[in-house]
Amino acid sequence: MNPEKISQILANYETDQSSIISILQDIQEALGYLPKEAILQVSREMNIPLSRVLSLATFFNAFSLEPKGKHPIHVCLGTACHVRGAQLVLEKLERELNIKSGETTEDKEFSLDEVHCVGCCGLAPVVMIGEDVYGKISQAKVPGVLKKYKEGRRKEEKDAKTHT
Amino acid sequence: MAKIKKEKEYRVHLMVCAGTACVSNHSFEIKEALETEIKKQDLDNEVLIVTTGCNGFCERGPLLVVQPGNIFYQTLTTKDIPHLVEEHFLKGRPVEKLMYIPPEEKTPIPVLSDIDFFKKQVLIALRNRGLIDPEKIDEYIARDGYKAMAKALTSMSPSDIRSEIQKSGLRGRGGGGFPTGLKWEFVSNAVSSNGNVKYLVCNGDEGDPGAFMDRSILEADPHSVIEGMVIGAKAINATQGYAYVRNEYPLALNRLYKALDDAREYGLLGKNILGSGMDFDIKIVRGAGAFICGEETALLSSIEGRLGEPKPRPPYPAEKGLWGCPTLINNVETWANIAPIINRGAKWYSHIGTETSKGTKVFSLVGKINNTGLVEVPMGITLREIIYDIGGGIPGGREFKAVQTGGPSGGCIPKEKIDLPIDYESLSDAGSMMGSGGMVVMDEDTCMVDVARYFLSFTQDESCGKCTPCREGTKAMLDILTRITKGEGTDEDLTLLEELAVSIKDSALCGLGKTAPNPVLTTMKYFRSEYEAHIRDKKCPAHTCRDLNVYTIDEDICVNTGHGCDLCRRNCASDAILGERNQPHQIIQDKCTKCGVCYDVCKFGAVKVD
Repeated sequence: MNPEKISQILANYETDQSSIISILQDIQEALGYLPKEAILQVSREMNIPLSRVLSLATFFNAFSLEPKGKHPIHVCLGTACHVRGAQLVLEKLERELNIKSGETTEDKEFSLDEVHCVGCCGLAPVVMIGEDVYGKISQAKVPGVLKKYKEGRRKEEKDAKTHT
Repeated sequence: MAKIKKEKEYRVHLMVCAGTACVSNHSFEIKEALETEIKKQDLDNEVLIVTTGCNGFCERGPLLVVQPGNIFYQTLTTKDIPHLVEEHFLKGRPVEKLMYIPPEEKTPIPVLSDIDFFKKQVLIALRNRGLIDPEKIDEYIARDGYKAMAKALTSMSPSDIRSEIQKSGLRGRGGGGFPTGLKWEFVSNAVSSNGNVKYLVCNGDEGDPGAFMDRSILEADPHSVIEGMVIGAKAINATQGYAYVRNEYPLALNRLYKALDDAREYGLLGKNILGSGMDFDIKIVRGAGAFICGEETALLSSIEGRLGEPKPRPPYPAEKGLWGCPTLINNVETWANIAPIINRGAKWYSHIGTETSKGTKVFSLVGKINNTGLVEVPMGITLREIIYDIGGGIPGGREFKAVQTGGPSGGCIPKEKIDLPIDYESLSDAGSMMGSGGMVVMDEDTCMVDVARYFLSFTQDESCGKCTPCREGTKAMLDILTRITKGEGTDEDLTLLEELAVSIKDSALCGLGKTAPNPVLTTMKYFRSEYEAHIRDKKCPAHTCRDLNVYTIDEDICVNTGHGCDLCRRNCASDAILGERNQPHQIIQDKCTKCGVCYDVCKFGAVKVD
């Protein structure tokens, strides 16, 4: 957490209190979550009661008070995905990663969340890992997809070892 | 407008779809492959590659349309590109194997407009889709863009504009279906408490799951929305507009930002627009992922930087909206309809559609349907035409069961009503609603109790919690539905569900709560026997509610056809399957978690579900 970064974001907006949601969005985007210190700083610098900033930060789905995994996984549970078996895919991911929806793995590699429609219903059911979209996914395809990201990590570790 | 440059002329234009679904399907890689190949064949002076907004036929992405000729290529991969470029653009022989072949037919259809999916569509809001690069204002202008705005600003009075919109019969496309012209009249007549300040808002907080109309319009043709808003601003005398767009739509947001910048640069937005003396500008506000913000009063609260909670109406935003001033709020699709009405006249527009519902409606056609995608059809078209003629029917020879319209606020329309002509009234008479345009098709494998439970869990999750009927009532309904899907329901539950549904409808504060019971009420009305099967027989006829399923393996098929392939055992996460290669396999019921993976992976149909 870097207080100057927050100040920079604040400086992009007018002091007008209506900018508060946009400011929180920018912080969420820059840091991946809203750390406690950032919320305190926004409240102080914008002169908005902490209770109000916190109520906004917990009301909107876009905000998270906890950091997410290195590979955030979003399972679309929109209607089209639901009727094409998205729930089964979500449960398979829960079993494979050994976490529940909304949680992050202990090694901070993966976090698992549900979203209501990512808008590519033609590819239902859809899972997003980071920016990658996996369409027409099934339970059986889940391990193969996860493997790519797990292997990426193993490779990084191996590279790190050879470098040292 | 003096800035329009004379563009270089090309022999062929390649329109690569860059809507969200195609981009997810790697359409930018297709574009790069095309660029490389065209350069290699030395065609870069003759062939121009254009990235367009959503073409609509998302099922078949990535897509490429070749102009002139309107030749439609689909499900492309980068491997197809060298052959395609050489054959079609060098030798002039279109490549049949990359063209669309209707399900169960053999002959490809080369021309886009001959394909059933496109044939019955009438494009007004989506008039420019796939035809222009959404990031180039000159291309929008070349297709009569900003002509209606110029007409409205220079030769029409505000009351002329309002009366034209009233006469057209246009109704709000966001869900409610309120007559647009009447709303404009209310805002125009309202007295502002703050001098003469009035605001104008575009609602692009498209939250319905399974709906992506607004996204596609903003991605494919952002200027059509801006033009509509400027005309609206003149009609009600507003100087500041807001476009509220979901932050989950990055592509739509980027294109709208660019379009606003370009419009300002061309003098089509900002101070003294087109020298008419009128000032108007639009600011983008990004939504923060709350479904309730699609409700107008909640949306306005969130623009003001407050919690997205609804307020009781009246007063309506037309009297007291943003910061207490009269505010005109219309949906993206409504705004996209304004310019064509001003250009071609109310009479032309009102000839399309039915007695009470004029013009066209954009639907996102998704679920158990062959041709998933975005369609714009005239009001009054039947469900049958949409599902079978445009949508190509149900995949895998399954039987059509129902179609869900109106998202979590709507209801399920059963197959007996498939010849229903679609308009605002017919859908609400059937217990559903037009809503914003999501149309989710369901087949015999979809459990209607599960669908009702799904929508209730959605509204429960998205309920802002301000009023008790919605906060507590939807939770109570969800608990009952969950019980039923687990086989723990009783006959009294049905009566209780109905009672709760009626009282929530009557007493909730806003549209979200008032309409939340609709999916339950319609499924109970049309599919009562499915509820009864769950309650009395402890069975889910569609085999969707897994707690009620029992999986077994037909040992004969397993050994004789599948030679004990062992795939089920290897995929089973709970070690519930016994057996080895060439031997019959068995499921240990005590260990089975009913995840159904064995059923999915078995290639021989040996796994049975009951």
